[in-house]
Amino acid sequence: MNLDIQVTEGEHGNVAYLSGEVDVYTATKLKETLNPIAEQKNSDLVVDLSEVNYIDSTGLGIFIGVLKATEKSGSTLKLTGLNDRVKRLFEITGLNEVIDIEVDGRKEAK
Amino acid sequence: MEETKISMYQLYKDMLTSYLKSKSEHALYHAQQFSKEMMEKDMSPEETVSLHLSVFQELAEDLPEEVVDSFDLLLEVMIGYGLAYREHQSLRDRQQQLESELNVAARMQQSLLPRGEISLDSVDLGVISVPAGKMSGDYYDYALDEQENIGVAVADVIGKGIPAAMSMSMIKYAMDTLPEQRTRPAELLENLNRVVERNIESDMFITMMYGFYDPRSHQFYYASAGHEPGFVYDAHNDSFRSLEAKGLVLGVSPKVRYNEDHLKLEVGDFIVLLSDGVTECRVDGEFIEREQLVEMIRKYKHLSAQEIVDKIFLDLEKAQEFQLRDDFTLLILRRKV
Repeated sequence: MNLDIQVTEGEHGNVAYLSGEVDVYTATKLKETLNPIAEQKNSDLVVDLSEVNYIDSTGLGIFIGVLKATEKSGSTLKLTGLNDRVKRLFEITGLNEVIDIEVDGRKEAK
Repeated sequence: MEETKISMYQLYKDMLTSYLKSKSEHALYHAQQFSKEMMEKDMSPEETVSLHLSVFQELAEDLPEEVVDSFDLLLEVMIGYGLAYREHQSLRDRQQQLESELNVAARMQQSLLPRGEISLDSVDLGVISVPAGKMSGDYYDYALDEQENIGVAVADVIGKGIPAAMSMSMIKYAMDTLPEQRTRPAELLENLNRVVERNIESDMFITMMYGFYDPRSHQFYYASAGHEPGFVYDAHNDSFRSLEAKGLVLGVSPKVRYNEDHLKLEVGDFIVLLSDGVTECRVDGEFIEREQLVEMIRKYKHLSAQEIVDKIFLDLEKAQEFQLRDDFTLLILRRKV
């Protein structure tokens, strides 16, 4: 399974559209794409996961690394479009408490 | 070396003479033996070709010049093969060396895990932990304190292999420095989180569930750091429910508070702790559902805790054609009296 990443620059920051599986095989590609964006000063990054059906623990680690990078650079990270299985993974690991996750257009308490 | 060359020359000459005379299968068999011996003596392919030419020149006099010259070309080609062969040999030696280092590391890692059965009147304990490769990113522990409280833990380092194994040993060492927190699960996780956060790569983390059973009050106290939920079996109602506790994975944020929860175990009730290598087993290409796992445990629940975890591992290993994708750890703690 592959992972396709499209990044668009909008007026409210960057949006990365992911499609495929985020796992041990695609994690490096995701890291290399998202980390430089997260390291930019005071920028907002939204990651759209609508087309992602599976994330493994290595994939979760990439999001943690990106979160830490945005905190360092004064930027923000937001995830949108999580399916139930992916959402459950963020809930079990408690990461929904530290990462801004938008559910059905509504923001979850941070 | 010179002697070897002479004896190989003689050997090859005898072999070729006999083959040219009889064209028998038997002589071909000798050629196979000869090639084995060549490799043992580190003779290169080009040396064999040149050996063939010298022997042949002696046997068949007046070889046409073209035939002799054509061997120059063949020799040149074989030199390439010879280099590749020698490179292969040195890689093979290097691989053997790495493999033996890895075996030593794997044995060291095994020594970090508790050994020996705990045989108690109060509880029945069973655990199995099998790495996907040689080394494991899963950690488990069980330990008794002086009051006969029994502490149990399962932790899972993200990823697998050597990096995961190195982080796993960090949990073990940190646990050893926190003996007084063994009866305070939330505090234990808070302390481990501080150690892990300071010592781990930014995109790595560890999940862990820790609990302890007090055989006097029959209470099981537990806390979780983002770990895969376990199960609780209620013997009276013959039902399973999830053993969940909220809490962030270890290593993300320096100051994290964990919630501690507790439940009462009646006689025959048991706790199941696991790593995600269990729930990420794929059967027929699909991840097994937690309900399927519950059914497997139910099927074996009349057995001892150790027999249950062993049987479930064998079933899931077989269903995956004996190829584990992730480290697999399963632990059961049952109240006996």
